[in-house]
Amino acid sequence: MIEISHITRKFEHFTAVDDLSFTVAEGEVLGFLGPNGAGKSTTMKIITGFLAPTSGRVTIDGHDIAHDPIAAKSLIGYLPEGAPSYPDMTVRDFLEFIAEIRGFSGNEKQHRVNKVISDVGLDDVSLQTIETLSKGFKRRVGLAQAILHDPKVLILDEPTDGLDPNQKHQVRQLIRNLAKDKIVIVSTHILEEVSAVCSRAIIIARGKIVADGTPAELEARAPADFQTEQQIAPGRLEAFFRSVTEQGAV
Amino acid sequence: MGTIMGSTAIIFRRELAAYFSTPLAYVFIVIFLVMNGIFTFDLGGFFIRGQADLQPFFNFHPWLYLFMIPALAMGLWADERKSGTIELLMTLPIRLRDAVIGKFLAAWVLSGIALLLTFPIWLTVNYLGSPDNGVILAGYIGSWLMAGGFLAIGSCMSALTRNAVVAFILTVAICFMFVASGSPIVLNAFSGWAPQILSDAIAALSFLTHFDAISKGVLDIRDMLFFAAVISAWLLASAIVIEIKKAN
Repeated sequence: MIEISHITRKFEHFTAVDDLSFTVAEGEVLGFLGPNGAGKSTTMKIITGFLAPTSGRVTIDGHDIAHDPIAAKSLIGYLPEGAPSYPDMTVRDFLEFIAEIRGFSGNEKQHRVNKVISDVGLDDVSLQTIETLSKGFKRRVGLAQAILHDPKVLILDEPTDGLDPNQKHQVRQLIRNLAKDKIVIVSTHILEEVSAVCSRAIIIARGKIVADGTPAELEARAPADFQTEQQIAPGRLEAFFRSVTEQGAV
Repeated sequence: MGTIMGSTAIIFRRELAAYFSTPLAYVFIVIFLVMNGIFTFDLGGFFIRGQADLQPFFNFHPWLYLFMIPALAMGLWADERKSGTIELLMTLPIRLRDAVIGKFLAAWVLSGIALLLTFPIWLTVNYLGSPDNGVILAGYIGSWLMAGGFLAIGSCMSALTRNAVVAFILTVAICFMFVASGSPIVLNAFSGWAPQILSDAIAALSFLTHFDAISKGVLDIRDMLFFAAVISAWLLASAIVIEIKKAN
């Protein structure tokens, strides 16, 4: 279980996260929603221990991220915004580096790396340097490093940002498959993504929680006059786009 | 976590491999060797002096390092911040210390490799005469320690900015102060009017003073401790700067 209690993060001129509290339990896939600049990324950076909050605390399965960071970070797989990785390394070298840092060696390391390469579909590019890859493949490399150690907690900052509909679909499929008995937090500003993968959604704005519930509950709370034709169209359009562009589709 | 290798060793290996996966390591080594050749044989008057030692070789090292070592150090942290990989690195289950030391060691070992590859100069002097090889060994150790001092300064400057070129310039400037504070130009400027203790203090901080002593064969523990202290202090400063600036 992740417990976030009263975290606040102030930067010089503004408060990015303002007294935020929530808990996420095993099996939950939490969609973390909000407009750009709402504090999503800052919150994720605090949960993963990259940033220290100005006040408040975060515990991962009872391990305080500030006082017991190594134990807490071992439980987390994290895809930072933009999926950063070392451009000069080959995909395989990069994943082996992550595996070693995560404490795997020898056959176990090879097994983990091979498995994750096939799980996220990187077989064809595993010997290429990361800088030569397309955006979609780079994102998959980022995902691969996050799930390589089969983490209990998976934190993904905009995992589908900038991907085409096929790639978005694959990434969502991957998240759904991974989600069993894990804690997953996915940030996004794409609403249909939430209904597609999340069991719960939190909407934040200006660093505060403005809504918390299942996607269906949140949808039901939408005022009637907000329900424009957009509600149906994108889903259908996307399905059609996928059916005509995806490999293997009839 | 059952880590077989320590995190420091894993990061060290990755960083060292990264130097060799780009032209950087090769360019550094080749330029270092060429410059050493020019300095030693041409400017240093290796043959004209007619002495079987490597003083002309080592004498130029502080000045050679002044602009070569910053090139090795400038990307250490600036590139991590620029590409965002610092967020990846700092959310892995490692201590900041492991990353700071691992990166520093990789750069230091690379500078050591470049230094070892100057061995033909050592062969030459042994072919031409019979030098005191103990003095030469001390010179090599001193030179490598001094390279470590420059690199630790470079690590800290690289942590200050996300722009590697800015890191390069800052490193050259700070290193220049540490070298020049022991040069006759600076010391003479003080010796006329300042109390002896002040010019002694300035000279004591200088890489030049400590390196000169070692390279003449005097392996004084105090000179070695000086470089160890310089390296530790600047690496500690690097860690503090990274901690403060990583969010920006």
